Amino acid sequence: MSAILSIQGMSHYFGGLKAVSGFSFDVPEGAIYGLIGPNGSGKTTTFNLITGIYRPTEGKILLGGQDITGWKPYKIVHKGIARTFQNLRIFGNMTALDNIRVARHYNVRSGLLSSVLRTPSFLREEAEVREEAMGLLAVMKLDGRALERAKNLPYGELRRLEIARALATKPKVLLLDEPAAGMNPKEVADLMDLIRRVRDEFKVTVFLIEHHMKVVMGICERVKVIDFGETIAEGLPEDVGKDPKVLEAYLGKRGA
Amino acid sequence: MKHFRTPKLSLYALAFYALIMALSLTGLINGYIQHIINQSLIYVILAVSLNLINGITGQFSLGHMGFAAVGAYVSGAITTLVFKVSPEAGFAGYAVFVGGIVAGGLAAALVGVLIGFPSLRLKGDYLAIVTLGFGEIIKTVLNNIPAVGGPRGLLGIPKFSNFSFIFAAAFLTLVVIRNLVESSHGRALVSIRENELAAELAGVDTTRYKVLAFAVGAFFAGIAGGLFGHLLQIAHPTQYGFMGSVLVLIMVYTGGVGSLTGSVIAAFALTFMSEGLRIVIDSLAEATSLPIGGEWRMVIYALLLVFIMLFRTEGLMGTKEARFLVIGDPAKEGTR
Ligand SMILES: Nc1ncnc2c1ncn2[C@@H]1O[C@H](COP(=O)(O)OP(=O)(O)OP(=O)(O)O)[C@@H](O)[C@H]1O
Ligand SMILES: [Mg+2]
Repeated sequence: MSAILSIQGMSHYFGGLKAVSGFSFDVPEGAIYGLIGPNGSGKTTTFNLITGIYRPTEGKILLGGQDITGWKPYKIVHKGIARTFQNLRIFGNMTALDNIRVARHYNVRSGLLSSVLRTPSFLREEAEVREEAMGLLAVMKLDGRALERAKNLPYGELRRLEIARALATKPKVLLLDEPAAGMNPKEVADLMDLIRRVRDEFKVTVFLIEHHMKVVMGICERVKVIDFGETIAEGLPEDVGKDPKVLEAYLGKRGA
Repeated sequence: MKHFRTPKLSLYALAFYALIMALSLTGLINGYIQHIINQSLIYVILAVSLNLINGITGQFSLGHMGFAAVGAYVSGAITTLVFKVSPEAGFAGYAVFVGGIVAGGLAAALVGVLIGFPSLRLKGDYLAIVTLGFGEIIKTVLNNIPAVGGPRGLLGIPKFSNFSFIFAAAFLTLVVIRNLVESSHGRALVSIRENELAAELAGVDTTRYKVLAFAVGAFFAGIAGGLFGHLLQIAHPTQYGFMGSVLVLIMVYTGGVGSLTGSVIAAFALTFMSEGLRIVIDSLAEATSLPIGGEWRMVIYALLLVFIMLFRTEGLMGTKEARFLVIGDPAKEGTR
């Protein structure tokens, strides 16, 4: 089985509302796959289920063949799934650098005592973590912002900072929830390059939600379309784009 | 990047210690002022440790004095017991004192973990209510244990606390909490305050870290309580009630949530103000024969808190730190 992320028959109810229903999807290692659907169709909920924020009512989630269903979110992160958020969740009063360093925290060896005593091994590790974090900021062209409070950064940079923070956890799978939201065409083009580069340089598998058709068509190798929590199409982006059910779901709702 | 060494916290601390000692030895400050300085330093410990919970980690504890009570009673019980058996302990007495104080801190930390685990799932107001209830329960329990004096309080605690001991404890508290904050563990704590869900999704075991903040905060509150007991030579349930917790809370919010510097300044300012107000209110009561007493200080505090909430929500310092309290990058000053 080559799927790094395998979701099998996952469903979730909010009270009587079926937000996600019978969701099955295999994402192979190194792929860039997409998830699309009209507003409120259950995309973010799918990510929330994969990352352990909610526990699925039914179904299983496997990461590298291991069942991670029902795990606590931070454990799932340690195991190798990281994400960004549709509405940014930045540590606003921390520096850009510290936003990254938090995410590198979980494999820090220094215990409480050596941290408080600031032992040589603690200082060495701090320098190491700092350097690594600076490296990540550089990849995202944010190194000039390292010591600025995150809340003072412009929107586009915050989007990149969130991706950098997710990468700092050394994920196998990177989930991006509408990474191009609110970006202008130039920024969208840069973002597409960035996502490809991240996939290659960090050897991650990308699974993303996106409304921008340009992004989906441009970088996704395979796309799943959901509406009202149900899968209505799945396949290559160009085929899915022509699927009458997909067109209906979008046109019917948006009149676009 | 520009690199210059910032003056060390220890230098400032040493200068402060030398100054107060000199003033005290030359009689420029009398025993009364010295006593208020000692109290201020104990409040520094309380405010800085509550700041770790409420400011740095962003939780809302309203029962900090409950932890201080645990420390005061445990350490007080240890020293009174030892000194009943051997009143002429001499130098070894100090060892017992220090051991007792640490034991009091550990007991408070244990209590912190015990109430932390079940209640830290709660957020905001609910956590406040639980911790408030805890503070009151401790008071009630102490009122009903005859072995520690019940409502009379634990009397005859030997007077071990002096300026040097209290100063050393306050200094150590500040160093430990500052160093903790400026580490990977500290960044995990701050991330919980900034966005708990994002912290968890950045791999932080948020439950564990919230309990840690509670345990460390409670430990130092317990130390402060022990020092209080050995300064006032009594541990009394009413000393550690809701009003006391609110006073410490006001110090944290006046100083700036998340700023250790602010907590230190506010602890001094409010302890001195508290004494001043007591004198003013007492003489006012005498002059006008109005039925007012020391309790009226709380009215002033409440007004102060309302004022801060309305006009300066970030407190005196916001989240900024004095340069000598920051070890990391100079540019990091004020980014907590
Ligand atoms: N915590 C929750 N409690 C109750 N209902 C929820 C909750 N979260 C989401 N929902 C509902 O579940 C449905 C799917 O929401 P979701 O956020 O997953 O949609 P989405 O596809 O991400 O939409 P968008 O494109 O607007 O981001 C919506 O009807 C939403 O109102
Ligand atoms: Mg969404």
